[in-house]
Amino acid sequence: MSDRSTPVYDSGEADRLPVHDHEVYNAIAQESDFVELRSRYRSFTLPATIAFMAWYLLYVICANWARDFMDTKVVGNINIALVWGLLQFVSTFTIAYFYARHAKKSLDPLASELRDEFERETGR
Amino acid sequence: MSTAMLVPLAVGNRTLTIGLFLVVVAITLYITFWASRQSKTAADYYAGGRSFSGFQNGLAVSGDYMSAASFLGISGAIALYGYDGFLYSIGFLVAWLVALLLIAELLRNSGRYTMADQLAYRMRQTPVRSAAAISTIVVSIFYLLAQMVGAGALVGLLLGVTSPAVKNLVIVLVGVLMIIYVTFGGMKGTTWVQIVKAVLLMVGTILITFLVLLQFGFNLSDLLGAAAEKSGKGEAFLQPGLLYGKDLVGKFDFLSLALALVLGTAGLPHILIRFYTTPTALAARKSVLWAIGLIGSFYLMTLVLGFGAAALVDTGKGSQIQTSAGNAASPLLAQAVGGGEGTVGGSVLLALISAVAFATILAVVAGLTLTSASSVAHDLYANVFKKGQASERNELIVARIAAFGIGAIAILLAIPAQRLNIAFLVALAFAVAASANLPALLYNLFWKRFNTMGAVFSIYGGLIMAVLLVTFSPVVSGTPTSLFPSANFDWFPLRNPGLISIPFGFLCGIVGTLISKETHSMELYDELSVRALTGAGAEKAVVH
Repeated sequence: MSDRSTPVYDSGEADRLPVHDHEVYNAIAQESDFVELRSRYRSFTLPATIAFMAWYLLYVICANWARDFMDTKVVGNINIALVWGLLQFVSTFTIAYFYARHAKKSLDPLASELRDEFERETGR
Repeated sequence: MSTAMLVPLAVGNRTLTIGLFLVVVAITLYITFWASRQSKTAADYYAGGRSFSGFQNGLAVSGDYMSAASFLGISGAIALYGYDGFLYSIGFLVAWLVALLLIAELLRNSGRYTMADQLAYRMRQTPVRSAAAISTIVVSIFYLLAQMVGAGALVGLLLGVTSPAVKNLVIVLVGVLMIIYVTFGGMKGTTWVQIVKAVLLMVGTILITFLVLLQFGFNLSDLLGAAAEKSGKGEAFLQPGLLYGKDLVGKFDFLSLALALVLGTAGLPHILIRFYTTPTALAARKSVLWAIGLIGSFYLMTLVLGFGAAALVDTGKGSQIQTSAGNAASPLLAQAVGGGEGTVGGSVLLALISAVAFATILAVVAGLTLTSASSVAHDLYANVFKKGQASERNELIVARIAAFGIGAIAILLAIPAQRLNIAFLVALAFAVAASANLPALLYNLFWKRFNTMGAVFSIYGGLIMAVLLVTFSPVVSGTPTSLFPSANFDWFPLRNPGLISIPFGFLCGIVGTLISKETHSMELYDELSVRALTGAGAEKAVVH
């Protein structure tokens, strides 16, 4: 089995698909731990991505087509447009924080277990 | 104060500015030669030995991202157009969530040196690597041109010279410096240059922000009120609409720009390859978290800088801020809060912020040149041309020659490109990255059936569509500010192509995949998924 630090294909093979690296990958892909890891990863990232994209696009659309609403003053010279802009910062920081927490608690332990298994089985 | 008294101070100020520029150059060159002694292997040259911690790489990522266009451009846009300048920063920041959630860790685990490494993981090498390399080079060159044009304009402005010959000389000097950084320092040297620059930029920005807020008793509302009044535009200065969305075309143009900004970041090759400099996916994640924190606080401060400049510096017709399209706002604001023109405090702060801006440009051009050179050497030379049979030594020699070649091309293109607007060049780089690179990256990671033809279609499709639409937009012809003002082939109304070219890139990926006869390899998809999510078999840090 070739290690990925050496070329993954021999001369003349460059136009075919790369050589499959190790069958342990396929074994791991079938394991329930991996299926669980993937579903935990996707169950956070997919809804979060849809949420922040929708929240951002809504803001952009309102900056375009809901000017009266955006111009409403909240306090002093601070209007909704500014508050909403700052809230985009808050939501970005918040999602980043919750992703980091989710990854640390629910993803990293499973990933490191599977990685150890890979290293044990392949001796790398 | 009489003119006679102003002249020596202005000269003294110029000496100080040039002196600080030289200090910046000396520090970065020292780092470069120090790093060149540490770099031995390909992993050292391309990925800095993968030995940077999450915090270090977070600083370097921020350094790569906070280009002169954001430091000078955004605060300048706010100073001139008020609220609408702020819209840029929001897109630039939210974009990092795409990188954090969908790209950074998976890329770190499944790639080696270049963006193409990841895209070609389960594809036929030659076509996919060629496409990815071309797109890497196109995006990087657009971005590079923006920085170098900015360097010429900025240095001319700061040193008070207007002659085109001096601007050209500055562009050549910046080009020569970036070739030296990249040829000798590789990724290790470039990363340390970014780290130093990021620290300088943050310290400088914090200082000026503090001084501005001090003048307004830390009351944001008072600052906004003063800016609105001084701008002469009143309430409208604090509301969306002064720059974008004046008519229906303008509104769609803004939507297009917003889409390109938020989806472009995670497809910028010079940002992507930064994730390879960390030892693990966890460190890659931490570096994005640091970057989000640093870049977010930086953009919050540019809000203060921009409105501060509007409130405290002359932004009216014929002012230096107007004639520099906003680029002079931050340096002039520094001068104002330091005590004003002709004072010691004002001169020192102006020189300091100018030096920070100069460091910013040098660091970003180095990062971009390295990205292109790596792609030429690793993708085009070693894998496409030599079919994976090149020795590491030869590959690195080619990388250095490529750095030289790309530097030379950038210098030659930047001199005529000085007519182009910097923000436009950066926005175009983002639009191409979002149209050509992001679809292929996402499909490769998450869509089982995706195959070689899908990757090739989405990269070329997104790339060609974005470039074509810009060619036929008002940016190139049809208006007095166009590249060719007297020609009229501007049948596409939007300045930013993203609204059409990004969905088109995604669509091409689907079409290419479905019409291809190649059957995807389930084994390779499993391998990529397991490796990307767990890091099993991922590249390890170099131990010296």
